[in-house]
This record gives sequence, C-alpha cells and structure tokens, in this order.
Amino acid sequence: MTKLLVLIDGSVYTQSVCDHAAWVAERTDATIDLLHVLGRRAVSSVPADLSGNLDADARDTLLEELVSMDEQQAKLAQKRGRLILEQAKARLTDAGITAVTTRLRNGDLLETVQEFEAEANLIMIGKRGEAADFASLHLGSNLERVVRASHKPVLVASRAFKPVGSFLIAYDGGPSADKAVDHIAGGHLFPGIPCRLLMTGNPNDAMRAKLDAAAAKLRTAGYDVTAGIVPGQPDAAIAETVEKEGIGLLVMGAYGHSRIRTLIIGSTTTEMVRSCRIPVMLFR
Amino acid sequence: MTRFSLSHDTLGQLRRDWLGNIRGDILAGLVVALALIPEAIAFSIIAGVDPKIGLYASFSIAVIIAIVGGRPGMISAATAATAVLMVTLVKQHGLEYLLAATVLAGLLQIGAGILRLNYVMRFVSRSVMTGFVNALAILIFLAQLPELIGVPWLTYAMVAAGLAIIYLLPRVTRIVPSPLVCIIVLTALAIGLGLDVRTVGDMGELPSTLPVFLIPDIPLTLETLQIILPYSAGVAAVGLLESLMTASIVDELTDTKSNKRRECIGQGIANTATGFIGGMAGCAMIGQSIINVKSGGRGRLSTLSAGLLLLFMIIVVGDWVKQIPMAALVAIMIMVAIGTFSWASIRNLKTQPRESGIVMLATVAVVVATHNLAIGVLTGVLLSGIFFAWKVAQIFRVTSTLSEDGTARTYVVEGQVFFASADEFTASFDFNEALEKVTIDLGRAHVWDISSVAAVDTVVLKFRREGAEVELIGLNKASETIVDRLGIHDKPGALERLTGH
Repeated sequence: MTKLLVLIDGSVYTQSVCDHAAWVAERTDATIDLLHVLGRRAVSSVPADLSGNLDADARDTLLEELVSMDEQQAKLAQKRGRLILEQAKARLTDAGITAVTTRLRNGDLLETVQEFEAEANLIMIGKRGEAADFASLHLGSNLERVVRASHKPVLVASRAFKPVGSFLIAYDGGPSADKAVDHIAGGHLFPGIPCRLLMTGNPNDAMRAKLDAAAAKLRTAGYDVTAGIVPGQPDAAIAETVEKEGIGLLVMGAYGHSRIRTLIIGSTTTEMVRSCRIPVMLFR
Repeated sequence: MTRFSLSHDTLGQLRRDWLGNIRGDILAGLVVALALIPEAIAFSIIAGVDPKIGLYASFSIAVIIAIVGGRPGMISAATAATAVLMVTLVKQHGLEYLLAATVLAGLLQIGAGILRLNYVMRFVSRSVMTGFVNALAILIFLAQLPELIGVPWLTYAMVAAGLAIIYLLPRVTRIVPSPLVCIIVLTALAIGLGLDVRTVGDMGELPSTLPVFLIPDIPLTLETLQIILPYSAGVAAVGLLESLMTASIVDELTDTKSNKRRECIGQGIANTATGFIGGMAGCAMIGQSIINVKSGGRGRLSTLSAGLLLLFMIIVVGDWVKQIPMAALVAIMIMVAIGTFSWASIRNLKTQPRESGIVMLATVAVVVATHNLAIGVLTGVLLSGIFFAWKVAQIFRVTSTLSEDGTARTYVVEGQVFFASADEFTASFDFNEALEKVTIDLGRAHVWDISSVAAVDTVVLKFRREGAEVELIGLNKASETIVDRLGIHDKPGALERLTGH
C-alpha cells in the first residue's frame, strides 16, 4: 500500500499541496496522511519582568504563569490546526480521495517527520511556508530541513497545480540520481507520462554510457524516454529546458553536499527548486 | 547521508540555543549579572575569602557553562551550597588549597559525567529535593546572622528599608531590577549622610583587573590530596546535585529538554578552569536561573552575557562596589533565602504522606547541623529508600488450606519477598502442626534477593525436621524475579511475567 505523508501549514501553498497529493494518490492508489505540526512555542512569550527579585515560592508562581500563557496560545494554535486539516481533507474528498487521515502534532517539524516517514513512501511539502517572503522568491526555511533530514523522496509542490504532461529527470550519474531512476522505473506514479532524461555539461563517452544505461532502464519499464545532454551550468541549462519544452515536473537528486559547503557556495538544489516554477521531486 | 543530516541538526540546534532569542537573552543576562554581583560577594564572605574570588568564579563559571553546559538558559556561578562546604578548608589551610580543591572537584565532576552518574539522580526523591532547597535557604539566611547580631540599630533600619524596596518596587514598575535599586539607594544614603556602616570594601579585596591564569601554590603531595579530597568530593557532589536539580526546574519552566550528562561534564570543566584563574568552586543557581527565565532568558546567550556583563561592571564600577553597605547585601540575601525556600512544602506537610514529610525534615535537620548538603541529601535518600522498602514489604500475604484428611497443607505465598519481608515470610508458617506433606506455592510471589532465598530454605528445612515432606511449586517462576542476575527486563513481556498474572 502506498502512503503519502503530506505536510501542510495553512499557507497559500496548502491548497496546491493538496491538489498535488490528490493527483499522486489517484495515480498510485495511495492513502494520505495529512500532517500539521504546531511547532515550538515562541521562546519569549513572557511579558518582560525585569524586576530581578525572588518572591516566596517564585518558582511555583512563575511556572503557573508560564503554563497559563502557553495554554492559551496552544489552544488557539490547536483550533487553527484542526481547521487547516479539516479544510485540506475536504479538498481531498472533493477530489475523490477518501483514504485520508489527519494528524495534528506538537513539537519540532523534523522530529515529527522522522517519526512518521518510516511508513510513508513519499513526503509532500509546499515550496514556501507561512512565514516565507514571496517577493524575493526565497524558499521556505523548513523545506531544506525536511529534505536533508528525510530518507524518503520528497515532492515539493509549486504554487498552483497543473496536470503533469511530461516530466524531466535531471541526471548527473550520481547515486541519488540513480536512486531516482530506479524509483521511477519501479513506481506507479509516472507510467504513461513522457519522460525527458537530461544531463548537463560537455558530452563525453563516460557520460553517454551512463545516460544510455539509465534510459535503457526506464525504457524497459515501459517509459517513452527522450534522452540528451545539454552544455552549460546545471541550474541554468535545466531551467531553460524546463521552460522551453513546457515540462510539468522535475525529478532530481538533492543536497549532495554538506551544509558547510552549501553555506559558502550555495546549493544547486535550492537554486533549481527556486527557479523552476513547477513541482520538483527530490531524492537523496 | 546520516552524517549530513546530523551536522545539519547540530547546526540548527546550535543556532537555536545561541541565537534563538537574542534580545530577551541579553536583557535577561543584564538583569542576572546585576543580581549576581551582590550574591557573588556574599558567597565569598560566607566562604571566608576576598569578594574577588567569588566574582572571578562567577564570571568564569557562567561564561564556560554557557558554552559547554547541557541546559541552555541555566545560570551557574559561585554558590552558597558550595561556599558553605569550603569554610573550614579556607580557615585551616588558606586560599591556595581552596583553589586546588576547586580544580579537583571539577575533575571529579567530569569523571562523574563520563561515568553517567547523572542517572543516580533518580534516587533523589521530590521530598529530598525540597529538603535540599529549604536547607539551602536556611544556610543562606544563617550566614547573614553575623551581620545582624550585635550591630547598631542603623543596620536594622537599612536592612528593613532595603527589603521594602526589593518587595514593593516591583508593584510599581517591573522594568528595573529592584535589588539594584536597593543597592543604589542604600549606597547613596550611606555616602550622602556619611553613615558609619560596614561596607563591602571592609570585607576584602575587590577585583580591579581581568583574572589571570595561575597554578595553585600547593605542594603536590599525597598529604595535600588527603586534605583537599574530602572537600572536593563534597563540593563535586553538592554542585552536581544542585545543578541537575536546577536543570530539571528550568526544563519544567521552559518545557524543553536538557542534556544532564553534558551538564555534569560542563560543570566539571567550568570548575576546573575556574580554579586555575583564582576562583572558587560553584554550580548552577536555583534563584538566579528562575530570575533568568522570568526576565525572558532562554538560550545560552543569556548565561554568556550574564558572565561577561558581570566582569565588565565589576571592573568599570569597582570603586563604587566597595562603598556598598553590607546592609544592602544582607537585604538581598534575605530575599534570596525567602525566594529559595519552598513555603508550599510547609503547607504540604499536613496533606502529604507522613514519610515524605519526615524525609524532608530529616534532610533539612542534617544539613543545618552539619552545614553539608551532601550529607543531608544522603540521609534523605537513605530514609526514603527505607520507607519505600517498608511500604513494599506490606504487599505480602500467605494463605493456606488443609487437605480433607488433615495430613497435608498447601501454603500460597503472594507478594514481595525480600530482606524487609523475609522475617514475616518465615513467621507465616505453622511448624507445630503435624503434617505429612507441605506444599508451598511460590508462583505468585516475587523473590527479590538472597535474604528471601535463605528464608525459603529455612522454612523447607524446618518442616523437614518436623517430619513433613515439602514440595515447592512455582519456584522457578518466583526466582526469575531476582532480576539483577537474569536480566529478564530486557526481554519482551518481562513486566507481565514479573507481575505474574
């Protein structure tokens, strides 16, 4: 049984994430787990009391104060969370998907995802979250955290769902790209959709051999594959191909480098997810 | 892949711990630093050393623990709990031995952390902890008595005025620390009116420079070790106790987790380093940590800024610190004592089980008598252990049935058989009854230790002497519960088998 773990936060992407989930669920006959994480409590919820003195039983009174304050906030957040989940579930039900469970959890997003991903086959999340800055096209802060921490493929939804007419695999011959090819060859999501298998860089024999092997694997699985190598930097070349050929979904290996390196020279993955305005499926 | 996600997690954690709450942390750090100055001076006086020893220690411990500690947002510095332990060492052997003892205490704490002794904390019950804080509060108050007995009436007036400011000012405004206002007002009064009162300057030297690295000037002999080891062991134990207890309090207040083992090792590192820059041993502070949380401090930055601001202020305004009248310090220490004491525990004496009250009071009594929190806690832990064993021993019953012809009897033993109930076990059998066959069913009993095994043996032998044939049923099942050897708690379903139903 295929299972989708769908992360929603009530931002404008929530509807699109649900639509993408409905599309995947319909094709793969999957059940859906809708997950909303309430997150850490704000650290400085106390009104500033800088009196610096200790009353009798200061610890108990302070604890009571903190608890009652957090309690109110938590109740509000919970109500909102349930509403978000209900609306999302209704949207999925309208789309004809019935096997939907909703989960409302407290705690850190990463820990929660790690707890639930074991039984899921695919994790879905929006490109940007509630707090993201749309004008600058920056990605949501949680996206990279989830992709880096997760052991499952992650489908990153774009702002609005469009039926996927073709998909492109950004192939670099690396282990995570091979994993993506294997997954697609054996999966139920993509059969019937034309596949574009793309490598970037200056063509040489080794690259061609790898590309042919990957294409052969996909063809054996019944895919209609157009393979090719285009020169140029990966992010620019792929984005251009996506734009030119009207690709509906991008598949790629993700975050192959350490956090430190990313800090200094930036990440191709982040750049691609940012610049291609289509859903992206990431494998690590 | 795991490596990357790990490094990513650690980085995120680091950022949250340090930069998650910058404004709140720095502001709270300032409030705490202001509160630390009088406390560090007062605790130095308790230990019988110059105020600079406590001030250097507070700076160094706070800064180091901010980096290596396991509980973000907890304040550590020179404390009363450790200061009271070192009084006699300073009196008999001098400052250098105190510094050496501090280094050794730190090393012992690092060792305790490596050996994961933080798990031992589970044997310290709630009642013992309450006893600990109450005893600590009493010790802090008692240490103020020399400043309150046989002094001119002016001192009483000043202490009363100080307390009034401390407790009443927060009702008017909560944006300035009231202890600070107390110090400023009383100092201004003393200087302005030219009052002849004892000041901090009379108590010893204040720091005027940054601390420097130095090695304690002591002979490195076995004799030295014999002198300092008892003190170091006490300081290490008390320091860890108060630190882990405070860590749980901060955990509870902020609803977050802490790394207790890292805290042990961190306290050790902080004390070791502090000994080398001429500071006395310290640990986490319950009162200051509560003040920090109350002022909005949550991250490591709050502890770090408290330490740095403390040193900065001391060096900048050191000349003024000298002029602070002792009465202001006493007023603040009385506040700390009142705030540390758990007043609710006195109300609870009536409603809670008598045993927990006895444990609490015994802990307090032993500490006040010995001035050693470690001995008090040990007493409390032993007492609560005994009370627990006594309670569990009551979960025990032996029933028996006589066969129809009157020649055989079956005893059914249920409950916990261990050292505390072994005597009762033996006494439950009637050896004077003339029987041909005795069956003892141990299937629903839990045999916990050697004492109970010996008791079973005794019973069997006694019946044999009386000419009865003895059969033990369910012995294997019962002795499975001698868990330390068999370790069945590792196997699935162990608990169900243990309870035997």
